[in-house]
Amino acid sequence: MMLIDPHAHMISRTTDDYEAMAAAGVVAVIEPAFWLGQPRTNAGSYLDYLSSLVGFERFRAGQFGIRHYCTIGLNSKEANNAELAEAVMELIPRFALKEGVVAIGEIGYDEQTELEDKYFRAQLELANQLDLPVMIHTPHRDKKRGTSRSMDVCVEHGLDPGRVVIDHNNEETVREVLDRGFWAAFSIYPSTKMGNARMVEILRQYGARRVIVDSACDWGISEPLAVAKTAKLALQSGIPEDQVRLACYGNALDAYGQSGQMKESDWLDAPPVDQRALYEGNSILRGGREPVVQAPRDRRSLDDLIIE
Amino acid sequence: MSGRVDHGPEPDIEAARALLRDWLSRRLEPAGLAWLTTEAARLAAERGDTALAIAFGLVPRRLGRQMLALSAEESAAAGRCIEGWMPGDWSLADAGRILLLAGLPGRDPAFAPRFRALCQTADVAEAIALYRGLPLYPEPATLEPQVGEGLRSNMRSVFEAIAHRNPYPRRHFDTHRWNHMVLKALFIGSRLAPIQGLDERANEELARIMRDFAHERWAAGRPVPFEIWRCVGPFASGEALADLERVLDTGEAVEQRAAALALAASPDPAAAALLGRLPDLAAEIASGRLGWAVLQ
Repeated sequence: MMLIDPHAHMISRTTDDYEAMAAAGVVAVIEPAFWLGQPRTNAGSYLDYLSSLVGFERFRAGQFGIRHYCTIGLNSKEANNAELAEAVMELIPRFALKEGVVAIGEIGYDEQTELEDKYFRAQLELANQLDLPVMIHTPHRDKKRGTSRSMDVCVEHGLDPGRVVIDHNNEETVREVLDRGFWAAFSIYPSTKMGNARMVEILRQYGARRVIVDSACDWGISEPLAVAKTAKLALQSGIPEDQVRLACYGNALDAYGQSGQMKESDWLDAPPVDQRALYEGNSILRGGREPVVQAPRDRRSLDDLIIE
Repeated sequence: MSGRVDHGPEPDIEAARALLRDWLSRRLEPAGLAWLTTEAARLAAERGDTALAIAFGLVPRRLGRQMLALSAEESAAAGRCIEGWMPGDWSLADAGRILLLAGLPGRDPAFAPRFRALCQTADVAEAIALYRGLPLYPEPATLEPQVGEGLRSNMRSVFEAIAHRNPYPRRHFDTHRWNHMVLKALFIGSRLAPIQGLDERANEELARIMRDFAHERWAAGRPVPFEIWRCVGPFASGEALADLERVLDTGEAVEQRAAALALAASPDPAAAALLGRLPDLAAEIASGRLGWAVLQ
């Protein structure tokens, strides 16, 4: 089954991860702009980060036959540094219309401060102006209220819920998100967010309509195969295949495809321009075929001794 | 380090820009063409960097994702304007972006910092277009430091936008920059044949660098790219001949042919004697049937 991981911070991941994801069926990833695990001290490092999302990381993913997309935004944590935030807000429009940018995001609330609110609203306005979908990061703390408030503010700024993905949902938030017509994404991230057995129960209870599964894998202890493992577990648990395909592939494509920057043909039938730019030489790794990836090896084993 | 050498014939950049306009006008939908014409005129007259960044970013959305797909006749016309200019594998979006930049003033405001700013925020396709257009831009010599940055990219497609089918390096790189571009091409598994001016800019230092690289590869038990010997040939004597003899004795067919071509390019009589051991290859070279162009 073809899979999309619509929330993956690949800049923090190794080539082993890319290989494993490709071998597991991942054809595309979306990398939301976020923080680095520690606060940036100046806008220049933000510029280089955004530049790598639309440049080198996109190319790097291509080496493994994976299409890389991204979302551009000022995250809620760093919105609290007013000086940095002002400078970054100047950069966002310069990157938001690059090739493969599928949304403004991930934006929203962290501690629900005034500054977070200010820049969240400013970026919703920008999404309206540029006609881009939005990816919302919901807070880890005071989550339920933060999630409701995020949706309230989106509606207040005139966004169509069908163009907004609310991410990092759990059992407590999912009903309201779906009832209000937003996309409900779930990050299968060990310990702090969702587990995949819980995710299967959500699919059983709510179905897959407007439900999206992602890994949110980053620099923390996280799982780049979370989408693949959830799909497998769901199938084993008796969730119908079409439902699994929606949650682990089709819905992400529909939601973010509204940007006009992400199409199934990108990976099924890559245009020559993309092949040239993103894949080495003229050989394309994927073209509606199974990925040509080396047989997965246990690279972490000392028995795999030879390095060539 | 020696300075710039053998620039090749003077380019006719105005004629090249006119060609580009003509190709686009034959291929674009009327709406796309009208948009591009309006933007080009506006950007040439105004100074706004934001307007430039937005128009530059919008090009593929307005012009589509097709290739330029030049005819043989059109490609030949390109080479007559600027020797070594080979836009045969450009996309329509490359051409549109480059036309926008080629029409900007060279000074007041200076073009180089605007070019640099676009490079710093470029996505992959933009970076490729920015560097492919080098032969057509105003004040090209001022762009050289930024082109050096581009060569340091780890994205092979961006590196090749500068190194391949592009007359800019031959004309504007000093010997040091040139040599490192050629070496990097081999190092990343790219080809030398599409580098314009490869034989004209051959130099003794590059020949030494290439031989050292070959020895490194041999020591590591890795294959040695056959194109190395093209850079060595014109300066091959003494120990270099021993290297070429080793290739003749132990290399695969394509490597042997490359070594033979290198020997044929050497001014050293000892090279001719060595080549004489392979009369068939020597005859093919003498008749013109075997050249670097036919080696794949």
